[in-house]
Amino acid sequence: MSLIEVRSPGLLTTVQDLGREGFGPMGVSSSGAADPLALRIGNRLVGNAESAAGLEMTLLGGTFLFPERAVVALTGADFGATLDDGNVEMWSSVEVQPGQILRLGPTRAGARSYLCARGGIDVKLFLGSASTHLLSGLGGLEGRALRKGDVLRIRAAQGSFRTFRKAKVAGRALEKLLPRKVLRVTAGPQADWFSEETQKAFYAGTYRVAEESNRMGLRLEGAAILTPSAGEMISEGVSLGAVQITASGLPIILFVEQQTTGGYPKIANVISADLSSLGQVRPRDEIRFEQVEMETARALLLEQEKLLTSKELIQE
Amino acid sequence: METSASGGVRFQVASDQSLLVYFDPTEKRSRVSRSAGINVATPLQNQISIEGHEQVRRLLRLLELEPVAGVRNLHPAYSSILIKFDALKLRHEELEEVLRRHITRLKKVALPKPRLVEIPVCYSEEFGPDLKDVAKLHKLALERVIELHRSTTYIVYFLGFVPGFAYLGELPEELATPRLPMPRKSVPPGSVGIAGTQTGVYPISTPGGWRLLGRTPLAMFRPERAEMSLLAIGDRVRFVPISREQFVKLENA
Repeated sequence: MSLIEVRSPGLLTTVQDLGREGFGPMGVSSSGAADPLALRIGNRLVGNAESAAGLEMTLLGGTFLFPERAVVALTGADFGATLDDGNVEMWSSVEVQPGQILRLGPTRAGARSYLCARGGIDVKLFLGSASTHLLSGLGGLEGRALRKGDVLRIRAAQGSFRTFRKAKVAGRALEKLLPRKVLRVTAGPQADWFSEETQKAFYAGTYRVAEESNRMGLRLEGAAILTPSAGEMISEGVSLGAVQITASGLPIILFVEQQTTGGYPKIANVISADLSSLGQVRPRDEIRFEQVEMETARALLLEQEKLLTSKELIQE
Repeated sequence: METSASGGVRFQVASDQSLLVYFDPTEKRSRVSRSAGINVATPLQNQISIEGHEQVRRLLRLLELEPVAGVRNLHPAYSSILIKFDALKLRHEELEEVLRRHITRLKKVALPKPRLVEIPVCYSEEFGPDLKDVAKLHKLALERVIELHRSTTYIVYFLGFVPGFAYLGELPEELATPRLPMPRKSVPPGSVGIAGTQTGVYPISTPGGWRLLGRTPLAMFRPERAEMSLLAIGDRVRFVPISREQFVKLENA
């Protein structure tokens, strides 16, 4: 068994896997990595199952001491990582020697960086998942963000890794996975509550991501959207990436720690293939929306999955 | 967006990996007028109905007993269920077909007899900062507001929003109150609030726009408990007033 000692936690670092599905009837949303593609690829680089738990860092990374030998990978946003004094290559497996310190700084681009370790982070599972749900204080390490002095266990990996073989993501694949600032959406379940003019304005508009955005939702600032005059609708189940228009006319995009139900009309829904991009959007970033047909959304997801499971993704 | 209806059931695509099923016994349809700048839309689900709720419970039960391959999660609400699925395994049309077959069998699905759960509440201005405003809004005495709230047996229509938050209905008409114009940034756990004709208890500290009348010392959601959530869909609930002393005693129990 190997360990990670948290010397400094960074701004907001949590244990995440691919989330816990199936507990919506209790009001428990799935949570999980905000950029699941980055976590999945990170896990592949170190030889884990895609769904193994890793660390999700937000805007400013942490400092971690590895008392034992480990194999790790950093994916997602580039936080300018160093290992002792050397730079660490992103999107690549890296061998860490006993006593070495991995340091991450502020983001250079994107919002979230992922640290995966061979074997995966070992925390007590809550409802079958290691994911932290910050709002409700569930899952992960005691349901909270990491603190200085925390010690995380790394699960023993299957097989030996005595002979370290570097694996890295192919440049061409990486280009295709670059986060988008124009988010593609399909029409939301209440899209026809909004007039054509209002919808046009929504798609033509540029929105700024508000400071108080978090894993629960991204609040947007910009030209207010005319809300339907019918008043409040009754609560219904809401999906990940739903763009709801609040009474003030400003959109909120529901994110991984979303509420499971809500009473605001949804004009649009971010397509599944662009949810990882949503995880890399920072406060004050400007985003726009582009509507696509359902078939396109499905095709883009299939294409993304194909790339992710392809042999060309990772070079050894 | 793609919509289809038949026999009081309506399907609505919500996203590329989710489908909404509405049970709409009153057959109310969205009426959209595109002549005005803003659409005049009649919300489809503008009425909470027990029939719709029971259909939701039956379908939920059936989907739990006979899970559909590719379905990942269910988000029930008053008279609808959002079904999240894996688009790599299922298409909206395929899921709809399976659900239509399920729905023809709903009548045969037995629902357990509802439990009656009593929730002690300390109604006070200390714990219910909106008590006074609600009374003023309806031109009622404080005591009358409390009396109205406590004297109703509520149905747990569903759990949603956050873990363990039960949507209870319906409030007596006289007490129906709109949400706060600006939601609070943080509502203390145990707070008992009202919004529209709904009432509910905040299980954890969250932002919230419901008007607060009091607080319960009971834990609504506890992950270490076998039954994590104090309330389950279909339960009946009554609020029992307690004093501040009793509140403190129960809180420390």
